Amino acid sequence: MSKIIASAAIRGAHKLVRQAEESLAKAIAAKGKDAKIEYPNTAYYLPIMLLFLGQKVEKLGDLEESLQEARKLLHPEPSDELWLPYLGDALDSGVATLLAEETIEVLKYQNGSNPVNGIWLGFTDDAILRLQGIKLVDGRMPGFAAIVGCTKTNQEAVDLVRGLQERNILVFIAGNSNGRSIAEQLAEERIEMSWDTFLVPYGKDITAAVHALNFAARSAMTFGGVAPGDLKAARAILLYNKERVHAFVLALGDDPGVPKDQVITDEKYATAAGAINFGFPVISNVNIPEILPSGICTYEHVVANVPVAEIITRSVEVRGLHIKVEKVPIPVPYGAGFEGERVRKEDMFCQFGGKFTDAFELVRMKPIDQIEDGKVEVIGPEVDQMQEGQAYPLGIVVEVAGRKFQEDFESVVERRVHEYISCANGIFHMGQRSIIWVRIHKDAKAKGFQVKHFGSILVTKIHNDFSSILDRVQVKIYTDAAKIKAPMEEAKKVYSHRDDRIAGMTDEDVDEFYSCALCQSYAPNHVCIVTPERLGLCGAYTWLDCKASHQIDKHGPNEPVAKGECLEPVKGQWKNVNDYISIKSHGNLERFNAYSILEEPMTSCGCFECIAAIVPEANGVMIVDREYPNMTPVGMKFSTLAGQIGGGTQTPGFVGIGKLYISSAKFIAAEGGVERLVWMPKALKEEVGDRLKARLAKIGKEDLFDKIATEENAETPDKLVEFLTQVNHPALSLAPLV
Amino acid sequence: MAKELTYADNATREMLKRAAADNVDTIWDRYEAVQPQCKFGTMGVCCRICSMGPCRISLVPGKSPQTGACGANVDTIAARGIARMIAAGTAAHSDHGREVVHTLQAAASKPDFDFQIKDPMKLRSIATLYGVKIDGRKTNEIAAELAEAALNEFGRQHGEMIIAKAAPAPRVELWKKLGIYPRSIDREVVETMHRTTMGVDTDYKNIINHGMRTALADGWGGSMIATEISDILFGSPNPLRSRANLGVLQADQVNIVVHGHEPLLSEVLAIVSKDEGLIAKAKAKGAKGITLAGICCTANEILMRHGITVAGNFLQQELALLTGAIEAMVVDVQCLMPSLHSIANCFHTKLITTSSKAKLPGVQHVEFSPERAKAVATQIIEQAIDNYQNRMTDKVFIPPDNERIVAGFTTESVFNFLGGKYRGTYRPLNDAIIAGRLRGAAGVIGCSNPRINYEEGHIRMVTELIKNDVLVVTTGCNAITCGKHGLLKPEAALKYAGKGLQEICRAVGIPPVLHVGACVDNSRILRTLSNIVSEGGLGNDLSELPVAGAAPEWMSEKAVTIGFYFVASGVYTIIGHPLPMMGSQNLFKYLTDEIEQETGGKWAFEPDAAEAAHKMIRHIDRKRKALKLKPMMYEQPFKPEE
Repeated sequence: MSKIIASAAIRGAHKLVRQAEESLAKAIAAKGKDAKIEYPNTAYYLPIMLLFLGQKVEKLGDLEESLQEARKLLHPEPSDELWLPYLGDALDSGVATLLAEETIEVLKYQNGSNPVNGIWLGFTDDAILRLQGIKLVDGRMPGFAAIVGCTKTNQEAVDLVRGLQERNILVFIAGNSNGRSIAEQLAEERIEMSWDTFLVPYGKDITAAVHALNFAARSAMTFGGVAPGDLKAARAILLYNKERVHAFVLALGDDPGVPKDQVITDEKYATAAGAINFGFPVISNVNIPEILPSGICTYEHVVANVPVAEIITRSVEVRGLHIKVEKVPIPVPYGAGFEGERVRKEDMFCQFGGKFTDAFELVRMKPIDQIEDGKVEVIGPEVDQMQEGQAYPLGIVVEVAGRKFQEDFESVVERRVHEYISCANGIFHMGQRSIIWVRIHKDAKAKGFQVKHFGSILVTKIHNDFSSILDRVQVKIYTDAAKIKAPMEEAKKVYSHRDDRIAGMTDEDVDEFYSCALCQSYAPNHVCIVTPERLGLCGAYTWLDCKASHQIDKHGPNEPVAKGECLEPVKGQWKNVNDYISIKSHGNLERFNAYSILEEPMTSCGCFECIAAIVPEANGVMIVDREYPNMTPVGMKFSTLAGQIGGGTQTPGFVGIGKLYISSAKFIAAEGGVERLVWMPKALKEEVGDRLKARLAKIGKEDLFDKIATEENAETPDKLVEFLTQVNHPALSLAPLV
Repeated sequence: MAKELTYADNATREMLKRAAADNVDTIWDRYEAVQPQCKFGTMGVCCRICSMGPCRISLVPGKSPQTGACGANVDTIAARGIARMIAAGTAAHSDHGREVVHTLQAAASKPDFDFQIKDPMKLRSIATLYGVKIDGRKTNEIAAELAEAALNEFGRQHGEMIIAKAAPAPRVELWKKLGIYPRSIDREVVETMHRTTMGVDTDYKNIINHGMRTALADGWGGSMIATEISDILFGSPNPLRSRANLGVLQADQVNIVVHGHEPLLSEVLAIVSKDEGLIAKAKAKGAKGITLAGICCTANEILMRHGITVAGNFLQQELALLTGAIEAMVVDVQCLMPSLHSIANCFHTKLITTSSKAKLPGVQHVEFSPERAKAVATQIIEQAIDNYQNRMTDKVFIPPDNERIVAGFTTESVFNFLGGKYRGTYRPLNDAIIAGRLRGAAGVIGCSNPRINYEEGHIRMVTELIKNDVLVVTTGCNAITCGKHGLLKPEAALKYAGKGLQEICRAVGIPPVLHVGACVDNSRILRTLSNIVSEGGLGNDLSELPVAGAAPEWMSEKAVTIGFYFVASGVYTIIGHPLPMMGSQNLFKYLTDEIEQETGGKWAFEPDAAEAAHKMIRHIDRKRKALKLKPMMYEQPFKPEE
C-alpha cells in the first residue's frame, strides 16, 4: 500500500537533504561561499532551484538557502497507527529530494568527481535541449522514459531499449539496482548510447535522475513560455509537464538491504515522488506497492509487477502516450531512436557513396499508369553479392503518383528520405541528393538486411506520411556502376531545375503564406508564419513543406494565410497575417514584422536554429547558432540569449531564425539586410557559406563575406568594432540602428 | 430508566447504568416522561402566533377546523412554523459569527489584545473575496477593513451580501433569479419574523422561499463568516490526532470541560491551561496536571485547532457530570441542557456560565469578554484547581472508553494533503469520482436526539455510505459519534470502506470519514463543494454534483436552517424524523418534490438510517448518470433496482 511509499519517500528525502548539506559544507569549506557554481552551458542556473524556488543559484552560498527551503519541505514519517494524511507530505518530500539531488549533482562539477565519465554524460546543456526539444515539441518523440536500475539479463535490457527506440521514446538512464545499471548492460552489448540514439545515461547514482527532471523543467521554461518565479509559476511549470511532456519512470529490479515490502531504496521512492510532482508516473517490473488512483498524474501514479516484456505497452497506457508504430517490413528494428546512430568502419559490412562511389537519391512524380505500387527493383548486385569492407554505387529513385501530387512536393518528400533510411537499426545515412553516404552494419547484414529493404522502408514510410496526396510509390535502386550513370545525370538536371525555381520564388510571388502551429502543444502563445523567403525558425519547415503539409492534412498544423493588404512592404507586415496571429496566439500578439529584428519581430517557440541579435556598438547584427557554446560579442551565450525569446515573447533586438533565412533577400530587410551582418561563429559561417556567397554575388557585395567576423576575429564588442573598422565593414556607415 | 441503548458507545451505556443506580434523571428519562408528545405540534398544525389562538387544524382530512380563527390554513401555519425555526437557527449561528468578527476588529486595533491574527494567509484570501486591498498593506490594516466589511453583512441596509458570491456563478445567478439571494443576515431574520407574524404572508411557497433566503444568509453568511474569521483569528486547522469519549477525563488531574458552541473562551482556555504556573498550582493541590476536554461544538472548535480531547456530544453532557471527576464545566451558548445545574449539584463540580446570552438560575456567572479573555480563563482555571480538593473520590467513576481520532480537515487543507505545496489540488478527488472509485460524497452532520436509539442513526448511515464507496464529511455531534466509534481513524478505511474508497484512503492517508469541524463549519462543506465544481469535470453547479446531505438524529432549529441552506444550494438533504409540517400535504409535496425544479435540491425524511443511506446513494447514482460518469470501478454492496 502507498503508505509504505510515502514513508520511504519521506525517509529518503531526509537522507538526501542531509547528504546534500554535507557535500555543500565540504565544498564551502574548500572553496568558500562566494565560489561560482553552475552547470555547463545553460541559461537556467540550476533549473530545479529556478523552478521550485525562483532562485538563481550562482554561488555556493546560494545553495545553503536552497537547502534551507528543502528542509522546510521535510515532514515526519507517517506513524504506524493513526497516521495523518501523507500524500501531500510525500509529494513535498519529492521536491525536497530534487533540490538536494540538484545540489549533489552540480557539486560534482566542482569537486572533481567528474559526472561526464565513460558512458555517463551528466547534465544536458541547453543546446541539446533545444535541438532535441523540437522533437518532443513537434511530436516526433512521443515522450521520454527515465530508467532506474537494471534488468535480469542483458538481452532483456537490449530488447527493452530497442522497443523504446522503435517507438521514438527518448531514454534517460540513472541510478542502479544492486550496483548495476542498465547503461552498463547496454554498454556490454555494445549498444551506442548518446543523444543521437535517444539513449542518454546520466549517471550511476540515483541523484543523477535529477537531470531528467531539470531537462523537463527547462522544456517548460524554454518552449512553454512559463517564466519561473513564485509558487504559481512553479505550479504552472509542473502542470505544463503533466499535460504536455509525456514522460514516465521505469523502476527496474529490486535492491538489497531494504524492508521486504518496500523492495527498492528510500532514495528511489523519494526521487519518484519528485517525478510524480511533474505528473510522471512510475512503472516497475518488481513487487513495489502501487498507487492507482489518479490526480497528480493523469492516470495511475505507481504500477508494479509488470514483466519487462510488457512494460512499454503498459507505460504507454499509464502515461497516456499517443504512439503510432508503423511496421516497416525489414529484418532490423526501426525507429527514430536509431536515426542518429553511427556505423563505425570496423563494424561496417559495406558502404555506398561518400567519397568512394556514385550515389544519389531522387523523388519524381510520374503518371499514375507508369507506377506499380509497392514495387521495389534492385538494378545491380544485392548485399549478399557484395564483399565485406567494399564500397558500391547507390542510386535511389522513388517514383510517386497521385491526383493531388504536385511537382513542388517532390523535394518535400525527398528531404524525408534521409530520416526514413536512418531510422533503421544498423544503417547509417547522411547527406542528400547526390552527396549521400550510406553504410550497412555487419549485424544488419547478419539479420538479412538487403539493398531492396531501402525500397521497402521508403514505400512504407512515404505511404504512411503522404497518403493523402499520393496513391502509388515504387522504388528503383541502382547498385550497378554502369547503369547508375544515366539516372544520376537525369537527377542532377532535376536538382538544378528545382533550385532555379525555388531561388526565384519571392514573398511577393505568392498570395498565401502558411502558418505553422506544430509547436503549439508546447508553446501555446506562439505561431510561426512561413513565407517563401523566410522559412520556419526551426529550419525544418519551408513554405513548400507547409504547403504540402496542408495538402496532406487540411486540419493539421499548417494553414494557408492570405496575406491581405500589405501594411509595411519593407518591414513585412500584412493585415490578414496580423489578424491571424492575434487569434492563433490567443491574444498574445497583435502584429509582427516578418523582416525586422527591432520592431515587433516574429516570436519563437524556443526551437530556433539560430538567434540574431543587435550589437549596438557595431551598428549591426550578429548571429549565433545553437551548436556554438561560447561567449558572443553581445556578452551572452546562445543559451542565455535563447532564454530571452522563447515561448512566444516578442523581444525587440532579438529574433530566432532558421539558417536558410541568413541568405534570404528578406533577411532583416527592415534594418538594411545582410549588410548589417557583422558576426557569426566560424562553423556556421562555413555551413551557410555557399548560399551566402551566392546571395552577396547577386547584390554585388562579394567582398562582404570576408568582412563578417567570427570568434577568431572578436569575442567582445570592442574587439569586434576594431575588426570591422579594420576591414571597413559597411554596417559602420549605415544609419544608426538604435 | 429509559429503554436500553443498543448502538451507543460503551461509556454512555455504563454511565446510564450508573445514573439509574444513583436515581439521577437524564434526558432519556425526561424524554420518556413527556410522552406521548402533542400530535398537533409534531405535525406542525398548531398556530400560537396571536392571542386569538392557539388554533390547531384537524389532522383528519376534511374534518373541521381546516383553518385557524384568522383563516390561516394548514399550509400557512406549517410554513410559518418552519420559517421561524430557520430564523432561529440563522440567528444562533450568525450571532456566534458576529462575536468572532467583533473580536477580529478588536484584535486589529489593539496590539496588546489577548487575540491576535494567526493566519495572515487566510486573512488575505478572505479580504480578497471582500474586495479589500491587500497589496502592500499591513495585516492589521487589512483585518480592520475586513472586520468592518464582515460586520456590514449583518446590518447592511442597501445592496446584498458579499461572501455568498463565493458560490459557483450559476448558483448565484439562480438565487438571484429566484429572488432568494440574501441581502443581510439580520434583515432576513427580521423579515422572516415579520412575514410570519399575524396577518402578513400566507402563501406557503412564498414563506418558504424567504425561509431559504434566511437560511442562505446563514450558510453562505453568518456561519461562513464564523468559520472564516475564526480561522483567521485562531489559525486554520490542519489534520491532527486526538481522542474522544468520556474516558479522556483523567482521574488524577484537574478536569475542566468546556461546552457550548463559541470558540472564543475555549480558545484561550486551551492556551492558558498549558501555563506552567497553573499546572504547578494544580500539582500543589495534589493533581498530576490539568485536563481540558470539550462537549458539543465548542469541543469541535478546539479539537480542530489544538487537538484538545472531546469528552462527548450533546447527549453526553449530563453523563460527563455524572463521572464526578469534573472540577469545572464552563458553558457558553447553545445546546446547554437546563438540567446541568441539578446534576452538577450532586457533585463538587462548578458549573460556570460565561455568556450574558445564556445564564442558568442559581449558577455562577463569570462574564466573558474578548478584552478580558486571559484573565477570565485564568480565573476559571484557578477556581477549578481550587475545587480539585473537593472532589468526592468515592463518587468518581470515569468509564475507560475513549477512541483515537484524526480531525482538522478543512476546505483549504484538501489542496495540501492531496497535492502538497507545489501541486495543491482537488484533482485526485474529482478524478476519483469521475473514474468511479468514489461513488460520491455525503455530508452527515447534526445533533443527537433521544427520539432515536442513540447513535444508531449516525453509525448505520455512515457505515452504509462508506461501504458503498461514498466519502463522508462530518461536523457537529455526528462527528463526535463517528470519533467515538472509531470511524475517524485512518485504519477505519481498511475495516469499513468499499474497495474504491479504500484505495483513495490508502493513497492519501485519510480516514473514510473526514471531520471538518463544528456545526457552523458546515460552511466548509459548501466551500469544498464549490471547489470541486471549479476543479472541473463534474458539472457547473453544486446541484450537478453526486453528493447528498443528512442529519439522521437532528433536533435543533439550527439543523433546520442547515438543511434549508443545503437544499437551496442544490443538495439532496435527508433527515430522520420529519420536519414539523407533515400536517400540510401541499408543503410536504413542495419540500420533498417540487422545490427540486427550483433549486435542484430537495428534502427527504427517512427514520431508518440504512434506508436513508440507500436513498442518498440512489440520488448520487442519478447525478452520476446525468453527468455520464463511468460505472463504478468495483462491485457495490448496494445495487439500486432502477
